Parts: sequence; C-alpha cells; structure tokens
Amino acid sequence: MTPPVLQLSAVAVEYRRHGLRVRAVDGVDLSLRRGEIVGLVGESGCGKSTLARAAVGLEPLAAGTVTFEGRPVTHLTRQRRSQYLRGLQMVFQDPYESLNPRRKVGQLIADGVTLGGGSRREGLRRAAELLEHVGMPTEAVNSYPHEFSGGQRQRIAIARTLAAKPSCLIADEPISALDASAQAQVANLLARLVNEDDLGLILVSHDLSVVRQVADRVAVMYLGRIVELGDSETVWASPQHPYTEALVAAIPRADGAGILPTDLPGDVPDPADPPTGCRFHPRCPIAQESCRELDQRLAPVAGREIACYIRAGSARLAKPRPSSTATKRGSEV
Amino acid sequence: MTGALLEVDRLTVELPTRSGYQKAVDGISFTVDAGQVMGIAGESGSGKTLTALSLFGLLPHGARVGGSVRLEGTQLLGLRNSELRAIRGRHIAMVSQDPATALHPILPIGTQLTEHMRHHLGVTKAEALTRAAKLLETVRIPDPQRALRSYPGQFSGGMRQRIAIAVALAAEPRLLVADEPTTALDVTVQAGILRLIEQLCRERDLAVIIITHDLGVMSATAQRLCVMYAGRLAESGPTSQLLTSPRHPYTRGLLDALPHPEVGGAPLVPIGGSPPSLGNIPSGCPFHPRCRYVRPQCRAERPEPEQTDDEHLLACPPDPLRVVP
Repeated sequence: MTPPVLQLSAVAVEYRRHGLRVRAVDGVDLSLRRGEIVGLVGESGCGKSTLARAAVGLEPLAAGTVTFEGRPVTHLTRQRRSQYLRGLQMVFQDPYESLNPRRKVGQLIADGVTLGGGSRREGLRRAAELLEHVGMPTEAVNSYPHEFSGGQRQRIAIARTLAAKPSCLIADEPISALDASAQAQVANLLARLVNEDDLGLILVSHDLSVVRQVADRVAVMYLGRIVELGDSETVWASPQHPYTEALVAAIPRADGAGILPTDLPGDVPDPADPPTGCRFHPRCPIAQESCRELDQRLAPVAGREIACYIRAGSARLAKPRPSSTATKRGSEV
Repeated sequence: MTGALLEVDRLTVELPTRSGYQKAVDGISFTVDAGQVMGIAGESGSGKTLTALSLFGLLPHGARVGGSVRLEGTQLLGLRNSELRAIRGRHIAMVSQDPATALHPILPIGTQLTEHMRHHLGVTKAEALTRAAKLLETVRIPDPQRALRSYPGQFSGGMRQRIAIAVALAAEPRLLVADEPTTALDVTVQAGILRLIEQLCRERDLAVIIITHDLGVMSATAQRLCVMYAGRLAESGPTSQLLTSPRHPYTRGLLDALPHPEVGGAPLVPIGGSPPSLGNIPSGCPFHPRCRYVRPQCRAERPEPEQTDDEHLLACPPDPLRVVP
C-alpha cells in the first residue's frame, strides 16, 4: 500500500479570543492517499475550514503534526515557502476573491509555473494547456477574471493550482458559492482531476449530498473533532454516530414527496467552553448520564470509526456475526 | 371573485443597461392562495428576486415595471410610496437571505419587533411587548422575555433568522416572501426554519412565496412551483409533479445536476454552459443554446407558457419530455 500523501496526526489549532484560548480543532488524525477524495463535513463552526487551512500551513498548529510526502508542513510565514510544499495546494471558496481582477487569466496561471523556476514563455504555454485540461477555451488566457461566470472562475482558480503540479489539493467549499448547474460541473471536474492526475483531495463542504457523490471517504466533524470516519457509501447508507444521523436526516430531498426534513434542536456550543464528556451530548437524542463524563475517542464500529460511547459500547456487547467470507471458505473445504 | 390572495399577471421588469432597457423579468404569471407555499426556483440572474422585489415596489432605481400584481384585489403596481408603506410590513413582508443584515445590530430585539406593531396596528407599548414575547415563543426562541432585551449579535445565525421571521410577522401580514431564507444556514438549522414556515402556513393561514435554487427545499415546503429561466417562466405546476415528471428540459437539467443518493458514485450530470447575462439573452427560447432537445423552431420563436392541464404551465412547444400514455 502506498504511503499517504498527507498525514495529519493529533492536530490541534487554537485561536485567542478576548484573552481566552479557543480550540477550534482538537486532536484530529486523518490520512489522505493519492487518487483519493476525502470529504470533510459538519456544521459551521465545527472547525472543518480551520483544519483545511492548518493542513496546508495557513494556520499554526497548537499541537500535533502535518506531514506532506513524509516532510513536515510548516506554518506559512513571511519567509519563502519551501519548494517541496509546492505539491500541496489549496482551492478557495470564492473565485471572485481568489483571483486578482487586474491580471489576465494567462498571467495568473503562469505564475504557478514561474514561481517553480519555469520561464514566462513556458508559463503561458502551460496556462493554455491547463485551461483546456479544466474544460475552458484556451483563448481565455487573454481575458480578465471578470469576463467569466462563477463556475468558470473556479475552473480558472483550479487551473492555477494545477500549474504547480500538485500531488495534493485541499479545497475549502469550492462549490458552495456557485449556481446549481455550475456546482455539478466543478464537482465533476475535481473528481476527474483526482482520477487523471492521481491527486489526493480533501473536499471541505457543508453540502453533504455532493460529498456523498464524489468522496471515497468521509470525515464528519463536530466541535473540532472527527466523530465519524469511513467509506462514503458505508457512512451514508447507515450512519452510526447520532450526529451523522441527524445531519443525514436534515437534508431535504428533491423527490417531490413533500417530506419535511428533521431538525436538530440546539446550536453548536461555543468552542471556548465545550461540553464535558462527549461534546455532542447536550443535543444528542440517545445521550445517557455517562456521556456527560466519558470522552469517547474514535473506535471501530460497523466498518467505520465513530466517537460514540453508546453505539460503540452496544456494538462491543453485541454477538460478533460470522463473516460471510469465512463461511464460504468453510463450505468449499 | 377569485380565491387567490396574490395574483401576478404578465409581470415584466425592465432594467436600464448600456444597450438600453432590457427585460430582466419577462411575462411572469402566478397566483398564491392563503395557507399555501409557492416556490420560485431558478439560477442566479433568472429574475426570481426581482419578481419578489416588484411586489414591494423596491426595484432598483430606473427600473420599469409592467403587468399586474393584485393583492386581495388591490393593484400594487403604480402605487405611490406613501400607499406602499401602508402595505409593506402590514400586508406583505419579506425575509431575506442574510439575517445578519436584516436586523438592526444596535437596537434590542424588542424594539425591532414592537416598532412594526405600533406603527401598523396602533397598539400600546405594553400590548406590543406582550404580543412580541408571544411571537418569539411561536418562532421558538427560548426565554422570550430575555430575548426582547437582547441584541441580534447575541444570537446564532439560525436564531437570528427565526427572529427576522418574527419581525416580518409582527404586523400580521397575509403574505410572507422568503428570499433564499435558509441558504446561509446549516442543513440542521435549515430543517428547523422549514418546519417553522410550514407550521406558520398551517396555523396562521399565511401565504408564503419561497425563493431558492435548492429543489430539495422546494420539495419539502412548496405545494406549487415556478421554474424561471432568464426572466421567463419555463414551467409551473404542483411541486410533486414538476419534480417527479418535469416537462421542461431546464427543469429536467436542474434535477439531473443534483446528486442522487441511489446511484452513489456516478458523476453528476451538469447542464452545459451557463445562464445568459442580461442583454445577451438568446433569440427564441432563451434556454435553446443549452438544451439537448433543441429544434430549429426553438431558435426562432419565443415560446409562451401554455396550459397543458388544469394546473400545469409549460413554455416548451416541442414538449420532448411528454409521457405518451
């Protein structure tokens, strides 16, 4: 098995607010391989964007490590970013703000090449290639960002990150600022690039249905921690953590059946003063007295990992079922 | 005598551009009954927000408006500002996408709630405060008495949107226009707001126009749906019918672009191209350059919405998605 391209170990990120230390991300372990899409989902304030920024070095770590291709990702300062980190790139949410409006698209993309030591000419040639790669006309090199729609701008922003020949992309809500049809176009583009260019992709999104569609694995975050982590299909088909269950039940479906989605009462608590024990217990429909004290970490349950004492506990007590492969092998013999 | 609370008939809104006036809303008709939720769906630039703003006489400077908008029989278009002021808030009210900008940041919630009531209903301050507390209870704000003395910044996004809805309902309007009311919110919070809107319709016989590009939200709340494209009506009818057997290729395209849980992993099917900008609206059917069923007549003739059955309007004469029995 190939080693992960990006490895996050016990990552914690803290902010200072009115002199208080606020832990936005608290002890997250996550690995990403090339050719894999990991979706990062959760409500606003759960720390998913902070984690994404920490993964590329835009936020300093309070604890833990991030390694990219075996080397540490250091916090981005005024000093020049190390060359080996060029392979780790970020796609931002708003393509209206992430592209300099006064420079031509070709120049914007060529920067990625010249910063890597390529010539200006080489850069412009690559820019045309990359535009074609993301499904844009090559003539776009001579246009300005404002001449394009939101979806097209996001393609340009993606082409720009590709100029650095990345092996890993972190995309923070790359489609949420776009129109419905553009969302599908950009989501498909990202999935295709991961496949064709053998990239690793962390896709941060509050839109769970898109994550389900494109991600291989999904990590559900709540108040700075991952509460469920597993194969996208497994997690979606039968969510195990009560928070994941609530998230899935809250998605309205466009099936014309007129069914109101189920709401999750209460708000995400203030990360400056997280609840004791399981952080979800004040809103959890199945919480018991013990959840106030026990701080359950991720444990394997039903083919994925969840941080829920109740569900993990009952799974441990349940009789292990004989696996189907074992019986098959037995009958053959 | 018709039963409809609001009747919009061939509404047009023209905006001044460099190349003269351009129709941003072009002949939209619909009706809304009391206790009913009507959805307007479409991508940005489809004219859905302008349609809503024209009900309030809040169009951008220089805009020209035509057609007819009748609320309980009263023509709203062409009213003077003083006349509109008596209707806005009192008979029709609006909830916008961003609750952070809808509420005044440095006025207590109580003041913002009672201002409307005292102006429109002429109740005393004490009476208004009692009503305000009750209203906050209806929109499920915990501890209403304390909330009345609090400021918007002390509440979360979802709570602020509940308060904004309470402010909109303060003068007991008959029609609530909600423009992308949950787009800025998380799904869990969105579910709560949608449930609240449904409850208000049921209990208060409130009519609601909900504007969103999210067809899931439409499916959950709206009984009837208008799909707009480039300022024109593509298709309208009962939500369940439009979402299960759409007849306009654009409605079909919007549905195909959504992730389908039952076919997990399959690529999404986007509509090619992007919506036209004002001033570049194609000839004939505005959707024809992006339509996979395009026929020669679509390039030449501008289709008008036509009745296909009692409740369904369709602006697609070739009607390629019709199910032949």
